[in-house]
Amino acid sequence: MSPEIDVKTLIIDEQEVSGLRGQTILEVARENDIDIPTLCHMDGLSDVGACRLCLVEIKGSNKLLPACVATIYEGMEVSTNTGRLQQHRRTILELLFAERNHVCAVCVANGHCELQSLAQQQGVTHVRLPYRNPELGVDASHERFTVDHNRCILCTRCVRVCAEVEGAHIWDVMGRGINSVVITDLHQDWGSSACTRCGKCVQVCPTGALFDKSKVGSDHPKYPDFLTLLNQMREAQ
Amino acid sequence: MTIEELDQIALSVRQENAKYDYEVNVCMDLACASQGAGLLRDELVKAAEASGKKVLVRRTGCMGPCSSGPLVRVDPEEQHYHHVTANYAEAIVAGLGGKPVPELQCDLNDHFDGQVRVVLENAGHIDPEKIDDYISRDGYKALLTVLTEMTPNGVIHRITESGLRGRGGGGYPTGLKWSTVAKATGDVKYVVCNGDEGDPGAFMDRSVMEGDPHRVIEGMAIAAYAIGASKGYIYVRAEYPVAVARLTTALREARRRGLLGSNLCGTPFSFDVEIRLGAGAFVCGEETALIASIEGRRGTPKPRPPYPAVSGLWGKPTLLNNVETYANIAPIVRNGGKWFANMGSERSKGTKVFALTGKITNTGLVEVPMGIKLREIIETIGGGVPGGHKFKAVQTGGPSGGCIPADMLDLGVSYDALMKVGSIMGSGGMIVMDDTSCMVNVARFFIEFCMTESCGKCIPCRAGTAQMFTLLTRICNGVGTMDDLALLEDLCVTVKETSLCGLGQTAPNPVLSTLKYFRDEYLEHINHKRCPAGVCNIQAPVEVLA
Repeated sequence: MSPEIDVKTLIIDEQEVSGLRGQTILEVARENDIDIPTLCHMDGLSDVGACRLCLVEIKGSNKLLPACVATIYEGMEVSTNTGRLQQHRRTILELLFAERNHVCAVCVANGHCELQSLAQQQGVTHVRLPYRNPELGVDASHERFTVDHNRCILCTRCVRVCAEVEGAHIWDVMGRGINSVVITDLHQDWGSSACTRCGKCVQVCPTGALFDKSKVGSDHPKYPDFLTLLNQMREAQ
Repeated sequence: MTIEELDQIALSVRQENAKYDYEVNVCMDLACASQGAGLLRDELVKAAEASGKKVLVRRTGCMGPCSSGPLVRVDPEEQHYHHVTANYAEAIVAGLGGKPVPELQCDLNDHFDGQVRVVLENAGHIDPEKIDDYISRDGYKALLTVLTEMTPNGVIHRITESGLRGRGGGGYPTGLKWSTVAKATGDVKYVVCNGDEGDPGAFMDRSVMEGDPHRVIEGMAIAAYAIGASKGYIYVRAEYPVAVARLTTALREARRRGLLGSNLCGTPFSFDVEIRLGAGAFVCGEETALIASIEGRRGTPKPRPPYPAVSGLWGKPTLLNNVETYANIAPIVRNGGKWFANMGSERSKGTKVFALTGKITNTGLVEVPMGIKLREIIETIGGGVPGGHKFKAVQTGGPSGGCIPADMLDLGVSYDALMKVGSIMGSGGMIVMDDTSCMVNVARFFIEFCMTESCGKCIPCRAGTAQMFTLLTRICNGVGTMDDLALLEDLCVTVKETSLCGLGQTAPNPVLSTLKYFRDEYLEHINHKRCPAGVCNIQAPVEVLA
């Protein structure tokens, strides 16, 4: 009996690539230095397919697929950067900028922000949509960290890292639709929650929504790469 | 329980009913009950006792034309009485066998003649809390036949042959879905019924669950046998307390009669059903969100694949169908797939229940064969637009559907035809609008609904619907610009193409369809600051005197 063939060959942006069965389009693309923008995806966390920035076009289908969760198949032809996709990505980024109060000039993450970088990369030069300017709070009750809901994009990376890696599940989402907010415990102050103070959520937060109190101004680079290492070490054990 | 025992029960119910000379059926569905049908029934019982006539007063589920409620049907004459109040009880009983009460008489022939009742065949004929009433009308016969005479594949074949498509809105072929779940590997499988009906103006599933709950349970049990499941869940929204109560009673009665539980009918097949309540989220009608909600998690959708057929409830293969789909199963099994396939149009078979609401004479439930012209539903069965107003549009499919204008009324109702004109079949809500409805305002209403019901998980739906609502509000208020309109159209495309689940993907449909057929109304609001229907409150610009 011949062993089952597990390697699939496919075409991404006119480049012939191969991957293992079960791999996602995103994984294969990144292995081959093809960049697909992502925001809610983070190596080392489960995928939720929520930000819709990684949507790609598949030949023969009118439906756009999220590259972070869509798995590859033999003979698939993927386009990751068509005009239609670029348009959608810009609109989605605009929607994010107009949704809450993102003011880069006074943000702790200025220069180290994934939302900011994506906007530059995707050529978002201005926001056509009316700004919503919602009234949102800042919770600085924690001894080390602060959450500023004005800058949150609800990617839920903090929720996932706390539940899946730290195992504490302090973060979750409350409310629905445009009124959704991330909360700690059952909507208690972060400072009085059961938080373990590990700081993983701060490191994986793509914007300045979660930040370290000891860092000021724009001096706040984040190092989310620890997650991949951590997962590797855990698997090795 | 065996088929012979079932026949015995049916016979005894018929013998019991034969003791009476007259049957007075009182509709006790929500619309009628809220207008005093409960008191009316009590008075009818009293009057019947006082008269000495042999009268059976029976409470029933929805009879259909809710706007004529409280409704009473007197059998065997099949005389309908409308707008009946409790003080007419004596007159009705006195009129039995003689002259009907003239002031209550109504002509609903046009309303009923155009209908074909499959799902609603028992509506108005049985007491929903009595399992024996259901059994007397061939209830559970299909289940027992299936268990004793058919193979699971045979059942699936029959459903496939019938051409039944999912009645929840998507129109996915039911037989295909069943065979996918049947083929999925796994020791445990689940059958789930989606009773989280949430479209504004839709109440078909509620009426079925309240008026004929055993029909849904029987359909689920047959499905469980076909796919190899032994556990089922009915997910009902908590806003339907009567449906929940009736289903609870029905489940208890079915267990008592041995129609649910272990080793049904002496076969190795076991099946039981649990009720799960929704906590008021429209998005939980989406299958992956519904499954998350049953599991006790936050009701948010997940990307598919994996489809529930492969990995659903607790990661097990799960069959998920809508209430009305399950309600069609027993008649298909009883009468054969071909019987069902003979009704309807080429690619949409059978009948569909619609909830007619809005500016129409006979609001209520109707069941019509697929392929019937919209005009017939609205003008003949629905009785047309009242008050001398002019028909303007009909909205199908709720917040996921679109508005169909007057010149398309000769369209035959089917999944594909409705999709083609920019609407969808949806679960069956049909909202009729006349010249007093502003189409921009209608679009704004539906977008507001989608905005508040969005779960907030994906960005296009969460922020996109909120932005669309803002832009539509500006247009309604007479401060919108042509730039706003262009932006709105842009957003429609992005929200439609990039949203995670069906809620977001279809949310722009009401806007897109009104833009397509009623663009002049948008332009009138923007360019002339005028609402043609006089609905939007546009303030005249204040003149500043120098």
